[in-house]
Amino acid sequence: MNTVLAISGVVIKELYRRKDFYVLFVLTAVITLMMGSVSFFNDAKVVRYVKEIALLMVWISALVIAIGTTARQIPAERENRTIFPLLAKPVTRWHVILGKFTGCWLACGLALFVLYLFFGVVSGSREHHWPLLNYFQAMWLQWVMLGVVVAFVLLGSVVLSAPSANATISFIVVLGILFLGRYLNQVALQQPEPLRSIVYGLYFLIPHLEWYDVRDLIIYDHHLVGWTDCGLATLYALLYMAVFLVGAWLVFRRKPLNL
Amino acid sequence: MEPIVETKNLRVEFRSQSSGQVKKVAVKDLNLSIRAGEVYGFLGPNGAGKTTTMNVLLGFVNATSGAAFLFGVDVREPIARQRIGYLPELTYYYKFLTAEELLCFYARIFGIPRAVADRRIDQLLKLVELDSARKRPIKTYSKGMQQRVGLAQALINNPDLLILDEPTSGLDPLGRMKVREIIQRLKNEGKTVFFSSHELGEVETVCDRVAIINQGELKVEGRVADLVEKHQANLEQIFLKIIGYQPLLSA
Repeated sequence: MNTVLAISGVVIKELYRRKDFYVLFVLTAVITLMMGSVSFFNDAKVVRYVKEIALLMVWISALVIAIGTTARQIPAERENRTIFPLLAKPVTRWHVILGKFTGCWLACGLALFVLYLFFGVVSGSREHHWPLLNYFQAMWLQWVMLGVVVAFVLLGSVVLSAPSANATISFIVVLGILFLGRYLNQVALQQPEPLRSIVYGLYFLIPHLEWYDVRDLIIYDHHLVGWTDCGLATLYALLYMAVFLVGAWLVFRRKPLNL
Repeated sequence: MEPIVETKNLRVEFRSQSSGQVKKVAVKDLNLSIRAGEVYGFLGPNGAGKTTTMNVLLGFVNATSGAAFLFGVDVREPIARQRIGYLPELTYYYKFLTAEELLCFYARIFGIPRAVADRRIDQLLKLVELDSARKRPIKTYSKGMQQRVGLAQALINNPDLLILDEPTSGLDPLGRMKVREIIQRLKNEGKTVFFSSHELGEVETVCDRVAIINQGELKVEGRVADLVEKHQANLEQIFLKIIGYQPLLSA
C-alpha cells in the first residue's frame, strides 16, 4: 500500500506543478463568477441557465483533467525512462498501475472539490441557499464516474503508445456514452437481427456514465438521490474500475519497456 | 557462502516482432558469481551485453533460458530488489521533484519510517554534496548534479548490493573522482558493488574482480592483479586483445 500511495503522491504533485489545472480552474472560475453577476438581475431562469453552463464547465474541466492527466502517465514513464529506477525497487507493474490510478483519481477528486467549492460559494452567496447534501451527491457521483474514466484511459495508455491518440479516443468514447449510452436500448429495438443483439449487448456492456450526471440536483434543487442508489452506483463503478485496471495490468505486464 | 549475484547459463535472445525469428543473442550462457563485499567490474565494448545482463538482474528483461539470482532469490521476484540500489547510466528521474522529494519518494517505496528517512536523506545529500540544492527541482540541476542525485537514490535503502551502470559516464574529472571515492567508501563498509564501466583505469583502481564480455560471451574473469600477471599487460591491453581490436596503423 505504501508503494501505491507513494506513486500516487508523485502523480498529484505533478498535477499541481503543471499549468493545465490552473488554466482550467481560471476558465471555470470566470464563468462561475459570471453566473454570480447575472443573479444580480433577479431573473431565476437566467440564473439557472448560467448555473447550468457553470456546472457544464465543471464537468468538462474535470473530464479534461482526468483524461489529460491519465493518458500521459504510463507513456511519460516509458518515454522519460523514469520507469527503470522505479521498477529497480521492490515495485511490481501492478503497483505502478494501481499507483497511477489512485494518483489520477485522487487528483481528479481534489480538482473537483476545488471547482465545486468555488461554484458552491459563489452560488450560495448569491442565492442565500446552501443545499450541501445536493452538492455532496453531485460531486461524489461525478468523482465515482471519473474513477471509471481514469481506469479506462489507463487501460488505453498501455494499449496505445501515443497519449494524444489515447486521449482523443477516450474523449470520443466517454462523450459517446454520456450522450448516447441511454438510448442504445431504444436504438437496438429498431434494428434487425443480429444487429439488435449486438447493440443490446453493447448497451449492457458499456459503463453507463450518464447515470452519474446529477447536475439537476443543484440546478433545479431536485430531491436527493436515494443513498442506497448512490451506494449501488458506486459499486457498479467500482466493478468497471476493477475490470479496466486488471485489463491494464494484463497488458502492461507483458509490455516490453523499450530498453 | 551464498553468492550475492549469480547467473546460471543465462541467455537472452531478442526476437523480431514481425517474424518471431531471433534477431540478436545479447547474452550467451553467462555464468557469474559475485560474493559479498566484492567490487566487481563488468567490462565490454558497446553492445557486448553488459546492460542487458543488468536489466535481467533488475527484472526489466526476462531471460530466454537460464536463471539469475540476487541474494539467492530469483530476480523475477520483486522482493529480490529489496536490498539493492541501482544507478542507471543516464539520469531518469521525475524532474519536477526536488532532490529531497525524490529521495523521500523512494524511501517511502522501501517502507522506511519517516524519521529514519529524514535522517538518511540528510546524510545522503551531504555525501553527494547536494545539501544546498535540496529544495531545487531536479530539472534545474547540471548533469553532474543529476548523476549525484541518482547515486543518492541508489543508496536510500542502505543497500547491500549496488548495481551501477556506467556511473561516471558523462561526468567531469572531479565528478568521476567523487563517484570513485563513494564506491571506495561503500567497499570499506563491506557493500557489494557490481558495476559496468568503460573507464578501465577506474576499474583497475577500485575493483576486486573483473569480467570482460564480448558479443554476449564471458571471455575473461578474475582478480585484476592475477589477470595483469597472467597476460603480462595492463587491463586496457587485455581488454583490447580480448575484443579483437586491430590498431589502425598496423592494418
